[in-house]
Amino acid sequence: MTVDAQGHPGSSVGEAAAVRLRNVVKTYGPAAVGVAALKGIDLEIPRRRFSMIVGPSGSGKTTLLNLIGCIDVPSSGTVEVCNQDVAKLSDNSVSDFRARNIGFIFQSFNLMPVLSAYENVEYPLLLVGTPARERRERTLAMLEAVGLLEQQRRWPNELSGGQKQRVAIARALVKQPEVVLADEPTANLDSRTGASIIDLMRRMQTDFHTTFIFSTHDPELMSHAEETFVIRDGELVQPETGRLQ
Amino acid sequence: MRLFKIALRNIFRNKRRSAMTGSAVAVATVAVLIFGAFISYMFAAFQTNVVQRAGHLTVFRTGYFLFGAGNPAAYGIGDYRSVMKLIGDDPVLKQKIWVMTPSLALYGIAGNFSNDTSKTFVGIGVVPSDRERMRQWNEFGAGRPFVPDSKLSDDDSTRGTIGVGLARILGFCGPLKVPNCPVLPAEVKSPTKQVAALNDQFTDLVAQDVPPPEASRAGGMPTVDLLAATAGGAPNVVSLRLSGADPQSVKEFDDNYVGMHLGLAQQLLYGRGEHKITSIVLQLNHSDEMSVVRARLASLFKEHNLDLEVRDFAELNPFYTQTRSFFGAVFLFIALIMGVIVLFTVVNTMSMTVMERTTEIGMTRALGVRRRSIRRQFITEGWMLGAIGATAGIAVAYVVATLVNNAGLSWTPPANVTPIPLKLFLFNRLTLVAATWIGLVLMATLAAFIPANRAAKLPVVDALRHV
Repeated sequence: MTVDAQGHPGSSVGEAAAVRLRNVVKTYGPAAVGVAALKGIDLEIPRRRFSMIVGPSGSGKTTLLNLIGCIDVPSSGTVEVCNQDVAKLSDNSVSDFRARNIGFIFQSFNLMPVLSAYENVEYPLLLVGTPARERRERTLAMLEAVGLLEQQRRWPNELSGGQKQRVAIARALVKQPEVVLADEPTANLDSRTGASIIDLMRRMQTDFHTTFIFSTHDPELMSHAEETFVIRDGELVQPETGRLQ
Repeated sequence: MRLFKIALRNIFRNKRRSAMTGSAVAVATVAVLIFGAFISYMFAAFQTNVVQRAGHLTVFRTGYFLFGAGNPAAYGIGDYRSVMKLIGDDPVLKQKIWVMTPSLALYGIAGNFSNDTSKTFVGIGVVPSDRERMRQWNEFGAGRPFVPDSKLSDDDSTRGTIGVGLARILGFCGPLKVPNCPVLPAEVKSPTKQVAALNDQFTDLVAQDVPPPEASRAGGMPTVDLLAATAGGAPNVVSLRLSGADPQSVKEFDDNYVGMHLGLAQQLLYGRGEHKITSIVLQLNHSDEMSVVRARLASLFKEHNLDLEVRDFAELNPFYTQTRSFFGAVFLFIALIMGVIVLFTVVNTMSMTVMERTTEIGMTRALGVRRRSIRRQFITEGWMLGAIGATAGIAVAYVVATLVNNAGLSWTPPANVTPIPLKLFLFNRLTLVAATWIGLVLMATLAAFIPANRAAKLPVVDALRHV
């Protein structure tokens, strides 16, 4: 394994992938009449890259992210995240795994309404038992990084959509996870705010050396990605040709 | 700490619903506490009434309690002064006894020959001054204010009282000026031949009796003649000058009651023989010392080889125990209903909360919160709703109790014939308050468990997709 100038593990595709999917099938409903959301996906997402999963609505992007985020299980196939076959983990272990290794950014922000901006960002650190002093330092640093230090005491309903998503980004990154999953994080934002959020995520990915996996139905955003995976009807296709991989 | 903080904020998130649920718990708490406080007071008032009349413990000759009514004279306690001295001198007992007094129960026929009426009676001979002291016992502050009663006197053994019912039957309502007491119809007053014959026999017996002092006769009190069989089986008669009528709580007893001086009762039952008593009544300073005193008496009697037994007031007054049991059952029933109301209210509220926060549950699970933490979160919220409601209910109950206790209300409890002040015993009933709080909070916590469990079992993806 190589180590870069900042002391982080190597990041080339040829080295350990952050996410590895082998022949993953996900079917909703009974097997005989179920709807196949993913049809035998083979995928390796490199570490510490800004990867994008692009596809139209209903193509299986969210299902794919759910499997990578260990909040859903495949009907068949294996999902490895950070070299861990998540199917082998118990429910509690999967929860702990998510708490330490995976950050989520949701389309509709999903901040806890009873927590202030500061408390929302601090929350994931409580789950992993970070000491109080370190928790405070990291929370404030993260709020500063997303430009919301001044708004730290505000409640979610006192923030704009863009500010909410910034809090969500800070919340996802504050525990310094291996993987951050962002499921259409700009879908509920106007184009200008959406662009600023993309820029922020891109910058944060660079600053924190995190594997960012971003899903969108907007092909125009592909230019921001270091790695792009196109999905259509539950199957990965070549980005350039649109043919099955 | 974080758990409580989040729970509290979630409770205040939907203020109206939380207020309604908390109010339901508070109302249930108030209902249970006020009824419990009323029952506590009622039991105390009831016990006070019984103990003022009959004391805490009564010493009988062995067997009197079960068989004595058939022949009280045969179960008399001879040399009772020695027994009372033995009890009074005991270092353990003398500290705990408020009043110790002899008593004699007897049965016979009471006659009013001025209008040719007669009736069987149940008499009790007492030491009037001791009974006056007994009426001052008010350990719980639940008795009516003490009013001296001079109907009986230590200095005049010929004076006595009868029940209002017996006064009515014997036609003493007019002479005794008993209020609300119907006067004997005129046609019943005319003597028949049989009554006239009985009158003659009675008159002979009365003539043999010791006449009351002239000074007493000068008082102009109506006189009832009491006929009873002596211990030897011979008929005996005494005259009792009636200084008034005392209403008794049970009609059957009211129609038969005659209260008299112990000396007169002994004269009627034992004539010139040894004057005995049927019981020694003990009234204690504190009711909770009853079992200690009873045990000590039993060992004392055994030690001195005395053929005596001890009964407590509950044994002698089955109505007391029955009423206690009845109201205890009613209280439990009401508490149960209130508990069920709290259960359903909290289940409903928490179910709605879980439904509304389904996406939030999915989000927190995605962040790495375990199922059991989700369950704990909602159970804590249910517990907190119950705790806030129950605490508010206790505060309201204390206010209500204070208002009622100072409102000057009165009521007539069971086994009473005159009203007593209506009070709610809540301020010294920490067990009642604590048990109510714990019970209802526990119910709210249990109620939250069902929706909390459902929340914990939600699949993360389904929860996140929830709209």
